[in-house]
Amino acid sequence: MLLTVRKISKAFSGFEIKDVSFDVQQAWYFVLLGASGVGKSVLLEIIAGLTSPDAGQIFLNGKDITNEKIQKRKIGLVFQNNTLFPHMTVYDNIAYPLRTGYAKSQISKRVAQLAEDFGVLDLLKRKPQTLSGGESQRVSLARTVASEPDCLLLDEPICSLDATSRPQIRALLRRINANGQTIIHVTHDYTEAVSLGNHIAVMERGIIAQTGKVEDIFQHPKSEFIARFIGIRNFFKGHLEQSHHQSGLKHFRTGSLDFSVLTDRPAGDGFVCIRSEDVTIRDLDSMANPTSARNNFEGTIVDIVRAGPGFEVIVVINTDKSKLINKANSTPLEVAALISNESVKTLNLHCRKKVIVSFKASAVKYIEE
Amino acid sequence: MKTETLNRKYEPLSLLFAALGGVVLLFIIAPLISMFINCSLPELAETAKDQEVRSSIWLTLWTSMTATALFAIAAIPFSHLLARKDFPLKGLISGIIDVPIVIPHPVAGIALLCVVSRGTFLGQAADKMGFSFVGSSLGIMLAMAFVSIPFLVNSARDGFAAVPVRLEKAALNLGASPLRVFFTISVPLASRSIVSGLILMWARGMSEFGAVLIIAYHPMIMPVLIHERLGAFGLKYARPVAVLFVSICLIFFIILRLLVRGKDAAHR
Repeated sequence: MLLTVRKISKAFSGFEIKDVSFDVQQAWYFVLLGASGVGKSVLLEIIAGLTSPDAGQIFLNGKDITNEKIQKRKIGLVFQNNTLFPHMTVYDNIAYPLRTGYAKSQISKRVAQLAEDFGVLDLLKRKPQTLSGGESQRVSLARTVASEPDCLLLDEPICSLDATSRPQIRALLRRINANGQTIIHVTHDYTEAVSLGNHIAVMERGIIAQTGKVEDIFQHPKSEFIARFIGIRNFFKGHLEQSHHQSGLKHFRTGSLDFSVLTDRPAGDGFVCIRSEDVTIRDLDSMANPTSARNNFEGTIVDIVRAGPGFEVIVVINTDKSKLINKANSTPLEVAALISNESVKTLNLHCRKKVIVSFKASAVKYIEE
Repeated sequence: MKTETLNRKYEPLSLLFAALGGVVLLFIIAPLISMFINCSLPELAETAKDQEVRSSIWLTLWTSMTATALFAIAAIPFSHLLARKDFPLKGLISGIIDVPIVIPHPVAGIALLCVVSRGTFLGQAADKMGFSFVGSSLGIMLAMAFVSIPFLVNSARDGFAAVPVRLEKAALNLGASPLRVFFTISVPLASRSIVSGLILMWARGMSEFGAVLIIAYHPMIMPVLIHERLGAFGLKYARPVAVLFVSICLIFFIILRLLVRGKDAAHR
């Protein structure tokens, strides 16, 4: 186990984190997902040693580092706000952690290599104040990676960036992780968690509500809070097919089903999410009626539960009548639909009733892996 | 500076304030200008050749600069401590720093004399090693530093306090030792306030009269020399010395300010 966090507690005026425990293994991309103000950033500061916990322990490579000095921890933290040193050039910023223990020629070689890896080669002579948000973030990452941390902590590294630099930074983070760098990434945005993380911990009011692999958490949220927070009841892993259409309409295969998806992303592995509000339920005999929804599946209602002002209707899709692929190892696919009380009455919805579930291709959100 | 909101209209109140400001400015400038215009160039040239005046100017400059430099070694790290750490009696200590500003300067001289005169422990120890605080450039530096050190400590402390803590923490997180963080992050980022404090301390020390007079009448620094010339020969003979001294102070002050500004511009 690379990093072990054991029963960390810290009380602040206004909020507290309580008995937080989790393990992170070498080369994991671990995402801490939670709403703002639940103590995610404080947790990172505690791991990095910037804040001391009231109770609990932190182990790195089996060694207790709870009371270790910040500069001896080998845990690199990329802060949420820009912390580039304003009186130094980009070059000197990246070289800062290398200045002790390396010869000058080695330093310039290493900085050049890092600058190339992080796409900041043409910025080396600039001062941090002249950089854009995405550029600053890349330089900050390069500087922290230069310190060769055992574990890299990222505090909301993407949310403050403009839309154009987000995919670049995401790709960069994936690349760093693919090189074996362990990463703990804090965010409030579930799409980031899905897109980058291979393990997720959901934080709820100062405690860890659930930890697990991405699919576990999104398909089987342990509590109503998690389900509500991630906001997505319909979450499927699969593969986006290459499309020959000029339009953005593509096919996404998951298990034995085939969804129509409206996306401009290239083919590859990924996830799709469909909000339960976007799923409609119709009577079986209305199958012949034309509809603008591209995705229509026959299924059986298996559960109806009260959810806020309405009902959540769970439908298992009958795979036998769908467009079948991989019949052998297919598991039944559940789709949740949020339906008003009135509709439940009018349609006379009840368990074991056969219905049609529909959702538009544009309601399917595709997230690249 | 943003003064546009005030300049928008010539309101009666603004005009009144401007008039009052004019009075204050005139109060500062008029005596200085009158001193300069009452002093002829031949008089000034004559004074500049005076060996006693020359060595006094030199003494004043090097003692004030050395005192500033020596005490800065202790005062700057101490200012960082005051800006960053909380400790018991911090308020009291900050108050003590300001004491030299509020006590009358001859009293400061007497207080210093109480610890370094020949009868005291320090005075005797110095005697044994073959030097003396009283009546020496060492005593001058002590007196200058005593009255001027609050300016450096206060300015440097404000400068350090304005350095974002997260930058220092980020540097630690990158593996730098606290000492390296101090020299590579804290001091450079607070340099503007530190340099400004150094200039203030130096200028204040150089112009000190009361405390120096008591601890070291001789060798004579410029304020003491001017005072002596005034007492012995009258205004006519004191004035050119005063003009010369003020001119040199102003020249140094302006040069240093320009240097600091140039450095700031290079930082941006």
